[in-house]
Amino acid sequence: MNRYLLPLGVFALLVVLLGAGLSLNPREVPSPLIGKPAPPFELPQLHQPERTFTPAEMKGKVWVFNVWASWCAACRDEHPVLTDLARSGIAPLYGLNYKDKRDDAIAWLKRYGDPYAASIVDADGRIGIDYGVYGVPETYVIDKQGVIRYKRIGVVTPAILKEKIVPLITELNRG
Amino acid sequence: MKDGLILASWRLGGSILALLLSLAHPVFAGEAQPAAADPALEERVTALATELRCLVCQNQTLADSNAPLAVDLRNQIRERMREGASERDIIAFLVERYGDFVLYRPPWKATTALLWLGPLLLMIGGLAALYLRLRRRRREEAAPELSAEERARAAALLAGDPGAEQR
Repeated sequence: MNRYLLPLGVFALLVVLLGAGLSLNPREVPSPLIGKPAPPFELPQLHQPERTFTPAEMKGKVWVFNVWASWCAACRDEHPVLTDLARSGIAPLYGLNYKDKRDDAIAWLKRYGDPYAASIVDADGRIGIDYGVYGVPETYVIDKQGVIRYKRIGVVTPAILKEKIVPLITELNRG
Repeated sequence: MKDGLILASWRLGGSILALLLSLAHPVFAGEAQPAAADPALEERVTALATELRCLVCQNQTLADSNAPLAVDLRNQIRERMREGASERDIIAFLVERYGDFVLYRPPWKATTALLWLGPLLLMIGGLAALYLRLRRRRREEAAPELSAEERARAAALLAGDPGAEQR
């Protein structure tokens, strides 16, 4: 009996390890910025380039920062979800227009609708690098002290919105 | 007449080949430019880039990848090096933003100890198991000694004595 227990035990252990491994998403690189202050910047706004935006303006408010681009197909998928978020009014939504052309971005917003309070132009992607952006779309929830509390890598689905983002915003708004 | 035709077609083929070869140099999509500007800097940039991972094509180094992010990060590395940043500074900069995953070689930490030692431990474990198994088998093979009676019985059986089987 013992002879079979050892290989069986090893096999069971392997199954557990592999099962855990297969359930993970290798494309998801957890952000080291969670819990750290949102990196500062000052960049022109998309629709009003003479005005700039800096995250310091948002101190005292919980806000959502969404990285998007007109060349990003998946951004179209999450667009209705973001529109719902903006319409609900629980937190202002700001966009980071990442490595995009101004005209394309404005046209995209006109075509699909603009859920953003404002979009910020990051033409060369520098601020994206500061925020650890490696793909589009990505979404951050930033609290009243300007600390990043959550990062969603990939499309914001209705499930993610309902289960992760909205509860977090509600909780942060309370505090 | 036929020879002339063959010769002519060879000549034609040859010149077409020559034309094609002269055209067939590799085309670089915008990357091969100022490598000549500062070769020492480029070497440092590439050396560091091979130690970093492209987060988009995750199994490639930053040096190998052609993803836009990789190009951006290489440019960042180059800029910072030009400003005088050391390799350590740049690595710290990237790890701060992207985490340990940006290092192509996982750092040696408590959480990665198993990752580094795992294969070695498994190999040692496997070799140990093999060694013990072989030793046990050798011992088992050495053990069965025939008693005198069994030896006699065996001899009788081998001699073809049918009566010996019934004992």
